Amino acid sequence: MYNLAESSLIPLLEGALYYTIPLTIISFMIGLTLAVLSAVARISTIKFLQTLSRIYVSIIRGTPLLVQLFIIFYGLPNIGITLDPFPSAIIGFSLNVGAYGSEIIRASILSIPKGQWEAGYSIGMSYTRILQRIILPQAARVSVPPLSNTFISLVKDTSLASLVLVTELFRKAQQIAAKEYNFLLLYIEAAIIYWVICFILSLFQNKIEHRLERFIS
Amino acid sequence: MISINGLVKNFGELEVIKGIDLNIEKGKIVVLIGPSGSGKTTFLRCLNVLETPTEGKIQIDENVLDFSRPVSKKSVAQFRSLTGMVFQSYNLFPHMTALGNVMEGPVTVKKIPKSEARKRAEDLLQKVGLADKIDFYPFQLSGGQQQRVGIARALAMEPKVMLFDEPTSALDPELVGEVLRVMENLAKEGMTMIVVTHEMRFAKDVADEVIFIDGGYIIERGHPDQIFNHPKEERTKQFLSVFE
Repeated sequence: MYNLAESSLIPLLEGALYYTIPLTIISFMIGLTLAVLSAVARISTIKFLQTLSRIYVSIIRGTPLLVQLFIIFYGLPNIGITLDPFPSAIIGFSLNVGAYGSEIIRASILSIPKGQWEAGYSIGMSYTRILQRIILPQAARVSVPPLSNTFISLVKDTSLASLVLVTELFRKAQQIAAKEYNFLLLYIEAAIIYWVICFILSLFQNKIEHRLERFIS
Repeated sequence: MISINGLVKNFGELEVIKGIDLNIEKGKIVVLIGPSGSGKTTFLRCLNVLETPTEGKIQIDENVLDFSRPVSKKSVAQFRSLTGMVFQSYNLFPHMTALGNVMEGPVTVKKIPKSEARKRAEDLLQKVGLADKIDFYPFQLSGGQQQRVGIARALAMEPKVMLFDEPTSALDPELVGEVLRVMENLAKEGMTMIVVTHEMRFAKDVADEVIFIDGGYIIERGHPDQIFNHPKEERTKQFLSVFE
């Protein structure tokens, strides 16, 4: 049993390194961009953009992530759009982070006092400039703890990519377990690797929060 | 230099400014006094278009904003650049140093090169007595120091008129003096200033004209000596009696 744990460690770590971690990081980057765009659209005065953002958030939050992944990977080929497992997963996870992040960032923007907008306007800045230079940097600080949550959830959610055939950490574990008939060992091993990744990330979270708090007493 | 005609501001059903006409000459210090809810702050904010007037016309030099028809964002932004606003709660940008706060407008709005903007921001901070605090963040400064950064930030845009909205109301009593001194120095340099304040001593000592506003109207205006010592209107007398 010790041998199996040892021999399976390398393939599992490869799954984490080549798929789980890149999937998490790329999806989070794209998702965060979507989230900022969606949040800014939602607080804008343009009705069309508001509605668009609202519908996007509602659909993504109101349907299971697994179903979304299945639609993208198994469903889209029916209308001639065939995507590889990895890009399918990236799209699915990015859209998810975008929707959840959108609400976080919107709330953070709204939490910045009105006086900050007024101070920006009073020195002649435009709406966009104020958003970019004054509001978003401050909103970023507010949104770090909830966004870190989203990020850590995402690490774990990437295990769903195993069901659209991405050979990430969990799929690797399933494959080895099926071959060796030792499910308990492999799944616990996978669980431990997820936990270690999340633990390291939460250390980073503390660091970032600490860094951003230097502006407030 | 500044002329305000028929200024009206409603918030929904509520009429806050009911028609104010006012001319202010260049270099004059005008102090607005009045009970809370009288509309004096709203009036000041209309001059910076932080509140969009419902009706009326504001003119600074040759720049006119006429609110009887919709005004463009661009003309509002341009008009704002003529006025500098100092807020009761300072509203400094907490994620920027004192220097960063003062440089922000010149760099992002006026597109002045950073090195030049920095030089001028340093001069302005020195002028308000904060030469040794340029790299401090707002949370590291006292209220009085923050407000002086606020004044420097407004001055950095080289406004034609400075608007002060109760600049000392949020300050501990011992910090009021340092802010008023900066304002007095500005007045001496010939800056045109409109000040909403409860500091009657400042009004008496520095103002060229005191305007008493109540219920959305100008009730009485005149030289400080006249308003404080010989008010004509009953409401002015009543209001001032509170301060004695």
